[in-house]
Amino acid sequence: MKFAVIQFPGSNCDQDCVAGINSIEGLQADYVWHKETSLRDYDAIVLPGGFAYGDYLRCGAIARFSPIMKAVISDARAGKLVLGTCNGFQVLCEAGLLPGALVRNRSLRFVCEMVTLRVEVPDSPFTHGCSEGTLLRMPIAHGEGCYFADDKTLHELNHNRQVIMRYADDRGRIVPEANPNGSIENIAGICNREGNVLGLMPHPDRACDARLGSADGAKIFRSMMEAIVAQHARAA
Amino acid sequence: MKVNVIVKPKEAVLDPQGNAVRDAMRHLGMPEVRSVRIGKYMEINVEGEDADLEKRLHRLCRDLLSNPVIEDYELVKTNGARKTSQIRKKQK
Repeated sequence: MKFAVIQFPGSNCDQDCVAGINSIEGLQADYVWHKETSLRDYDAIVLPGGFAYGDYLRCGAIARFSPIMKAVISDARAGKLVLGTCNGFQVLCEAGLLPGALVRNRSLRFVCEMVTLRVEVPDSPFTHGCSEGTLLRMPIAHGEGCYFADDKTLHELNHNRQVIMRYADDRGRIVPEANPNGSIENIAGICNREGNVLGLMPHPDRACDARLGSADGAKIFRSMMEAIVAQHARAA
Repeated sequence: MKVNVIVKPKEAVLDPQGNAVRDAMRHLGMPEVRSVRIGKYMEINVEGEDADLEKRLHRLCRDLLSNPVIEDYELVKTNGARKTSQIRKKQK
């Protein structure tokens, strides 16, 4: 099964993503340069972290117009699984594939630390095998990861079970102290209405080996693989 | 044609940068400061001048220069640098 990892000028987690995905048996990741125009050969798409186009103007604002984004948008609309982590999440919001936006951390500080996430939706293509309330450990590293959405959008996100993960404390409580960046309602990751596009501020790509502190990120990639297998089985 | 584009965070969006500057201003002897909101200011020089051009500029303001989810923008046509020099004069 092949995953595409998009490389924008300024991406810096592309290697982490490729290494993380390749560490999982049955998955193979390729780099795809942002000037490419087709993702036909791939089963899933990953937009990595970094500072695409220097994050000039706004994070993800310019990356969104890269040639490859037309293919990302059309494949996403066709139901292909798309995961954007960190800067990739910002790009997906700017591209209109996910609602809301990511703004400057409330503390004004760049935060680089390990966080605990509570899985809110266990049956998403990205959280297969995690029961509701499962706690995952993953690192974050961002200056602009404060998720914002207006009241109406927030209501829809909650109502349609699009909030996939929230920042939690060690006991799984969603409390302000566990919120590293000021995101509304401790939101760490959301999906689109259809459920096939996930934006996640934390880095599953940096949590694929217990020796590096956590292997919980691998669960996300493994879940994507299982979801695609199930999707193919249904189509056959 | 020369235009200025001002991009501002929407009312509902928290502006921690503005709050930090507000606090610094109060700290530096101006307790009267109620609030500071920080946005972006762009000077854009465009060849030509017609209604269609302006329409296209507005479209780009919405698509690229601002993010309507979190920001509002203002597009102001200017005649060269007149506005800037007026501001400078006032400062003298």
